Amino acid sequence: MSLGISAIEYINGIKNGTITAEEFVAKTIEHIKKVEPKLHAFISLNDNALEQARAIDKKVKAGQNVGAFYGMPISIKDNICIKGGKTTCASRMLENYTAPYDATVVSKLNAQDAVIIGKTNLDEFAMGVATEFSAFGPSKNPWDTEYVPGGSSGGSAVSVAGLESILSLGSDTGGSVRNPASFCSIVGLKPTYGLVSRYGLVSYANSIEQIGPMGRRVEDVALLLNHIAGKDPHDPTTIDNKNQDYLSGIDSGISGKKIGIIKEMSSGSGLDSTVASVFKNSISAFEKLGAKIEEVSLDMVEYTVATYYVLTTAEAGSNLSRYDNLRYGYDLDSEGYEFKSYISKARRNFGPEVTRRMILGGFVPSAGFAGKYLLKALKVKSKLKKQIEAAFSKCDFLISPTVPVLPFKFGEKIDDPLAMYLADINTVTANLTGVPAISVPYEVKNGLPVGIQIHANLLQEKQLLQAAYALQNTTKLPEVPL
Amino acid sequence: MIGLEIHCQLTKLESKLFCTCKANYRGFEPNTNICPVCMGMPGTLPRLNKKAVEKATMIAMALNCKTPQRLGFFRKNYFYPDLPKNFQITQLNLYGPTSIGEQGKVSIEGKEIRIRRIQIEEDPGRLIYEGVSERTAITLVDYNRAGTPLVEIVTEPDFDNPRQVRIFLNVLSDLLENLGVSDPTLEGAMRADANVSIEGGNRVEVKNIGSFHDLEKAIHFELTRQTSLKERGIEIAQETRHWDDKRKITISSRSKEEDEDYRYILEGDIPWVIMDETSLQGWKKNMPESISSKKERYVSKYRIPAQVADVLSSDKYYSDLFEQAHDESNAKEIANMITTDLMGLVDTREKREQSKLAPKHLSDLVLMMNSGKVTRSSAKNALQEIVKTGKSVSDIMSSIGLAKISDESELGKIIDDIISQESTAVQQAKENPQTINYLVGKVMQKTKGKADPTITLNLFKKKIGI
Repeated sequence: MSLGISAIEYINGIKNGTITAEEFVAKTIEHIKKVEPKLHAFISLNDNALEQARAIDKKVKAGQNVGAFYGMPISIKDNICIKGGKTTCASRMLENYTAPYDATVVSKLNAQDAVIIGKTNLDEFAMGVATEFSAFGPSKNPWDTEYVPGGSSGGSAVSVAGLESILSLGSDTGGSVRNPASFCSIVGLKPTYGLVSRYGLVSYANSIEQIGPMGRRVEDVALLLNHIAGKDPHDPTTIDNKNQDYLSGIDSGISGKKIGIIKEMSSGSGLDSTVASVFKNSISAFEKLGAKIEEVSLDMVEYTVATYYVLTTAEAGSNLSRYDNLRYGYDLDSEGYEFKSYISKARRNFGPEVTRRMILGGFVPSAGFAGKYLLKALKVKSKLKKQIEAAFSKCDFLISPTVPVLPFKFGEKIDDPLAMYLADINTVTANLTGVPAISVPYEVKNGLPVGIQIHANLLQEKQLLQAAYALQNTTKLPEVPL
Repeated sequence: MIGLEIHCQLTKLESKLFCTCKANYRGFEPNTNICPVCMGMPGTLPRLNKKAVEKATMIAMALNCKTPQRLGFFRKNYFYPDLPKNFQITQLNLYGPTSIGEQGKVSIEGKEIRIRRIQIEEDPGRLIYEGVSERTAITLVDYNRAGTPLVEIVTEPDFDNPRQVRIFLNVLSDLLENLGVSDPTLEGAMRADANVSIEGGNRVEVKNIGSFHDLEKAIHFELTRQTSLKERGIEIAQETRHWDDKRKITISSRSKEEDEDYRYILEGDIPWVIMDETSLQGWKKNMPESISSKKERYVSKYRIPAQVADVLSSDKYYSDLFEQAHDESNAKEIANMITTDLMGLVDTREKREQSKLAPKHLSDLVLMMNSGKVTRSSAKNALQEIVKTGKSVSDIMSSIGLAKISDESELGKIIDDIISQESTAVQQAKENPQTINYLVGKVMQKTKGKADPTITLNLFKKKIGI
């Protein structure tokens, strides 16, 4: 029994009796214990995982109704709430915070008999591209532990790539699912804004972020999406997807489909030459699959990183202002402080990147500056949206490298925020426009993974997953060197 | 010039603005009417109470406002311990008209008061200080109120004096109650801040005013203070002042220049609410009859005097009682009974809550009066008993004997007694027949109002020979 099996293989294994949930979960825990000191994918582990797996096995044995995941170990990013468990957001600010309710995605996974194996590491409050900003130390890239795993859902990507879980849920505000998926050579999907409920996802930039499924195979990601998508009364921004089945017909192929290469994401001085050559290979593969390729220009892309940081810091400034340590938080005696000085003292528990974005977030929407920054950013957003709409009137998919650069080493970019922010250039467009985008692992060059990004139009996840599945089957990836 | 910002809780709604906790938080132990949503726990999202949109739209319509094509919500960001999220979800017309109403108007005594804007927002929690807030050793926070649906009504600076402000607030308070959206008599359900300025001076905002009575005083104080400054050639600073309830003066709290920058941003968690014509028409149709229309109907249909109709229509409690008690034929008498005899018995919310009176009591009593079985003053006594006990009219008649005394021999005996006791008054009555009312009054006193006044008068006249 290999821990590297796909979700589909796991389910088949349980159904035909070749594996049990208990065995698999036990083996996973054993493996986690072995590799965690090296990888640090998790912030906390579920102490009841084995017990839960055992209970599910009992139901299987007794022929009772069993949920779709059959005790499959799934990891959850630690900015998604689980009732009674700690939800730290990798921040000292919430180091001891226990959530009083389940996120909608968590309720859904529990209802389908998943075993939530643990909560994964992230950049503090999901702000970062390397997990270097986790208050509890970074996660390591399983392909080479000197390299970052990407972020902010780095822990989720590492847990999947490192065989510590079959599937994971991350969150993607500007690429936080796709970037680590690309760096760790796994699949990561940022769904259409509103397809997956955000209830229970700790907000960073609420108008553009989504919870996204991550796995080693495209079909696994489709399966996970099947069980988390759809309308949720707790999240008024959710969309009714009519219980679409993303898994059925995933092998339909993309013959005759039109694919646009986004010029601004696939050329220029910022693009690493290795990434460029892998991307070229993927284009040939798409052609062989019968797709028609053309180049598409979205000239607003040039302004998207600036736009993204203006919008997200403005929203983050508001979303994170509730962390004042009055109702929950960490141990800090309020004695002797006047309210404002207490607040400023209490909020010093944020790490450097969050602090940086809080300061920006206080500035960009402020009187006298909103017009220059926030309103301008909103204009770019709406222009970009129009350009994307126009592009999808001609193309079925839009492609680019997921990240223009290869995974980098720890410490390489942490002191240069601008260089770090540029790593987001290819991923933020999907968030700013709301369209779905997926990163598909395509090659591992000199030990470093490269992923290909495919965008589809709003709510076209089914098509998108078909394209990703087709691309996946044109490549054979090496095994992770654990 | 005086302008108002009035906050009114939609106390008649079942739940808070964004969660299912109770909208009327009164009577709960501190911090028990709360949930993860109204406490702003990490990851929670607001769910807009659709009923709040409906009720607030009714207010906007009643104040003759334009309603927008779509509603938008914004975050007003500031740190304060009563705000669980450290921002308040409110409305703003930042991208065109997206608040629940704008450009309305109300007429008070021939003066038109323009409504600038109406918006829906969430009420913060409550801070409880030990002693006065400035010197408190501890501050306690009760979040039971946090998230209560509020409607903010902003007027143009159209008031000339505090009297107009008082009349306007009374009209508004009656209107809100008549719409069935709020009970303005509940403590804290309706609060107002005032913007006060005099010609050539800056605008001063006066906050922290506890009651409408104090509001009038605060405005009066502010006008006097500003006029006095102007007379002495001192510039009137643009600032926010707080009403000091104990000293009955306003005190400067912070200058407008340092006023907080609220960094308004769109609340992305609440999608735009499209205000479709069908819903708007439906809500308009479901609006209760307006006070002015009620009044008009009472006068024209039932021939009720204008003054009586005014009192009756502007108070929802009275008009509801009236509508349920009358059968058209007795409308005028019921109206009179409510506005003259009942009013003093149920003039506060406590008395109304405790009152056992039902509409049927009123119609039964009027029937008794009309058929000559009880006198008006007995009916008044009966009302007192009914409000207290809720006993039926017939029970009361028999148990405490309110039946009218019209028996001439019985009355004759009483009159004879009075004549022998009140010889001076009898003499006076003989000289000036109008003073006979005094003697009739004596009979009434003796019979506790049960004597038939007409028979008594006639008997008296006969007996003393006038």
